[in-house]
Amino acid sequence: MSIEHRDDTGARFGMWLFLYTEVILFSGLFILYAVSLAKYPHQFAEASHKLNIYFGSINTLVLLTSSLTIALAITAIQRNQIKPTLILCGVTVGLGALFMVNKYFEWSMEISHGIYPGSEHLAEMGNGITTFFNLYYFTAGLHGLHVVLGGSLIAVVAVLVAKGKVTAERYTLLENSALYWHLVDLVWIFLFPLYYLIL
Amino acid sequence: MEEHKHEPVPYRTFIKVWIALLALTVVTVVVSRIHFGAANIWIALGIASVKSSLVIFIFMHLRQESRLFKIGLLILLVILAIFIGLTFTDILYR
Repeated sequence: MSIEHRDDTGARFGMWLFLYTEVILFSGLFILYAVSLAKYPHQFAEASHKLNIYFGSINTLVLLTSSLTIALAITAIQRNQIKPTLILCGVTVGLGALFMVNKYFEWSMEISHGIYPGSEHLAEMGNGITTFFNLYYFTAGLHGLHVVLGGSLIAVVAVLVAKGKVTAERYTLLENSALYWHLVDLVWIFLFPLYYLIL
Repeated sequence: MEEHKHEPVPYRTFIKVWIALLALTVVTVVVSRIHFGAANIWIALGIASVKSSLVIFIFMHLRQESRLFKIGLLILLVILAIFIGLTFTDILYR
């Protein structure tokens, strides 16, 4: 019998530490947002009104639901219910993809209205509105990248579940991927009201 | 040392949390359409913090983790408070 070093709690704690650094990464962007909001309160409100609240709300529902499905997937694998685990992972990845499709339509619409970083139309609206949209594209873009990475990670782990490499006895990989996915949800929980809902 | 195994969280618990999250989202959107002046942003942040706590403690199983994980979160929050607080002492009193 081979001797195996295994520390599930340590692996999870390592993931949490990594997620803390992710929070610090995003918090830098939120601080920039806060400082700019203090400087240009009226322009930020005006710019926020140009965002489509329906896209934002629907994407919030999509992400919250995907967070539910991946949390359920953990319970399923702990109970050794492999098929439900795979279905729940699939739904999570599908919802992540739906989020990105919505984002595609949302950004296409905004770009077609001349709202994108560096556009002349935006420059004419002044510094406050330009700052808002630059931060919006950067923060939401970085968040979107996290959605793509998290979704890919879950898809890969789902394949490992199907192959029997991730099991009820050993599911840390799935659990850590789920933690990452929840972080994506957490960032959106703050991003949505701050960018879409300023009055 | 024997690996400490978590009890599976019942499906029902997660579904209840999800319903609470959806309800809080509706509250955020509705409240954001009413003028409270500067309070609007604090209300939005307050609701977002409640939602985050639900996600962190239940969806992310922090409730079941050892004290080390919770201290880690606390340290993160203190670091963020220093980071944000010190930035604003600069911004506001320039």
